[in-house]
Amino acid sequence: MASTTQPILRVEGLYARISGQQVVEDVSFSVAPTGVTALLGRNGVGKSSTIKAILGIIERDGTVEFDGERIDGLRTDRIVRRGIAYVPEDREVFASLTVEENLTLAVRQAEPNRALVDELFPELRTRSQQAAGTLSGGQQQMVSLARALLNDNRLILVDEPTKGLAPKLVFDVARVLKAAAETSPMLLVEQNLTVVRELAQDVVVLSGGRVVHRGPAAEFLDDERLVERHLGVAGAEDHHTPEGSGPDGGAR
Amino acid sequence: MNTVILLLITGVGLGALYFLVASGLSLIYGLMHVLNFAHGAFLTLGGLLGWEVGRRVGDGTWAGLIVSMLVGMAVGALFAVVTELVFIRRLYNRHIEQVLVTVGLGIASVALFEGIWGTDAIITNKVPWLRGTTTVLGARIPNHIWLLISVAALVLAAIVLFLRYTRYGLIIRAGVENRTMVTALGIDVRKSFTLVFAIGGAAAGLGGVLASVYYGNVSAHQGQSMLIYAFIVTVIGGLGSLTGAAIASVLVAVLQQFANFYLGGTGDLIIVLALAGVLLVRPSGLMGRKLS
Repeated sequence: MASTTQPILRVEGLYARISGQQVVEDVSFSVAPTGVTALLGRNGVGKSSTIKAILGIIERDGTVEFDGERIDGLRTDRIVRRGIAYVPEDREVFASLTVEENLTLAVRQAEPNRALVDELFPELRTRSQQAAGTLSGGQQQMVSLARALLNDNRLILVDEPTKGLAPKLVFDVARVLKAAAETSPMLLVEQNLTVVRELAQDVVVLSGGRVVHRGPAAEFLDDERLVERHLGVAGAEDHHTPEGSGPDGGAR
Repeated sequence: MNTVILLLITGVGLGALYFLVASGLSLIYGLMHVLNFAHGAFLTLGGLLGWEVGRRVGDGTWAGLIVSMLVGMAVGALFAVVTELVFIRRLYNRHIEQVLVTVGLGIASVALFEGIWGTDAIITNKVPWLRGTTTVLGARIPNHIWLLISVAALVLAAIVLFLRYTRYGLIIRAGVENRTMVTALGIDVRKSFTLVFAIGGAAAGLGGVLASVYYGNVSAHQGQSMLIYAFIVTVIGGLGSLTGAAIASVLVAVLQQFANFYLGGTGDLIIVLALAGVLLVRPSGLMGRKLS
């Protein structure tokens, strides 16, 4: 068993391809055993592909260690069963299945965290028999997050959870992520830098499929020149965060 | 009027036979995106071995027929599972190779069946009641049509209940929609692949026995000749949709019956034209999801 000071996830020399095209190139970073590590970068730099490569959803080479054990040779379902939850970009709920069926499918343990999910997403209980495809984007994101939180996870991989959501929902999602990060470490891909500032302790920045910056989140976000260079935006307040839409209601 | 009733009900009976083959094809494609050209072989072997065992139990008796249906289902399921485990499992996401392998298996199977049972159709004995007719609104309907319709309805109900009320059914329904996400929830979707092949093979094997009742013979080519109709039904119904397969089976068979009777035996031509029409107007089929 790895000691608690070791990273929960270590990625070394990761390459990934989609339909033969290289989308991730020699990426190395680690995820702390507690708190949130944010994976940042401009659109199309390979953030989502990195997460999919870690899970083995896309073709990859390189070393991926989870809690000190290599998982890069395992199938996706086996990786997930080791305790890694995945909240995909664009929610990917099963549209023709009901909310309840979506949740039932995600249960991996004898006693799922139903009470926690009910507490965090009370609306889902009232919509349990509704087809997930008929839910709004925000409600679908709740289903997607609930699927992950039903199980006791050792790591949660979350891909752009606030993408396309209304400002109020961005706040709700950030609140849920904060609560989830209290019990398990998280690797978060997120464009909204106000959310990143609120949640993340470390950042890993990708550009052109490679890691170009690693370090404490606050330090990176406070350096406007660095943010401008790597993310192409002036600062946290301007990056995909409409006025007043951050988790702090835009008070920052 | 009598003729219309006769054509309608015998069309539904033939549709029942198409459905037994098409249901497996549709589920297999929906979940695994495998176009299984060996599916006809499951039907043929189910029909031949079902007939072999059934006639030994009681040729032309209900006991023999019931045993032959059970044997047909078991043989179809077993053949399908072996096909999935030995051939398909190694070729996930390699669609061209899957087509080549299943086409090859289909052709080789016919040659093997011809080697064992010969190239000519073998006449089968029917249960006496199935040789008779029942009059409906003046039309004399062959009794074996009622058997086909009843069995196909039971199979449809059983598959629907399985898909709706079991965990594997849930996994299959989700997998048809987004297989990657099912895997990303920690579920080994390959078990569902095998199960879907088994269900499809069992339905096809049962279809093989019922085809011998419908046509009054078994032959090494029965599966291959029915496979083309099953593919047409599957595409018209919408690849991956069981309900679509059921509706399209009946529509295609009824259309075929009417065209054969009223348009000088042009049933095959008409359903190919219907297929072309559906592909032009609604490429995803009657009940399929829109193609991206």
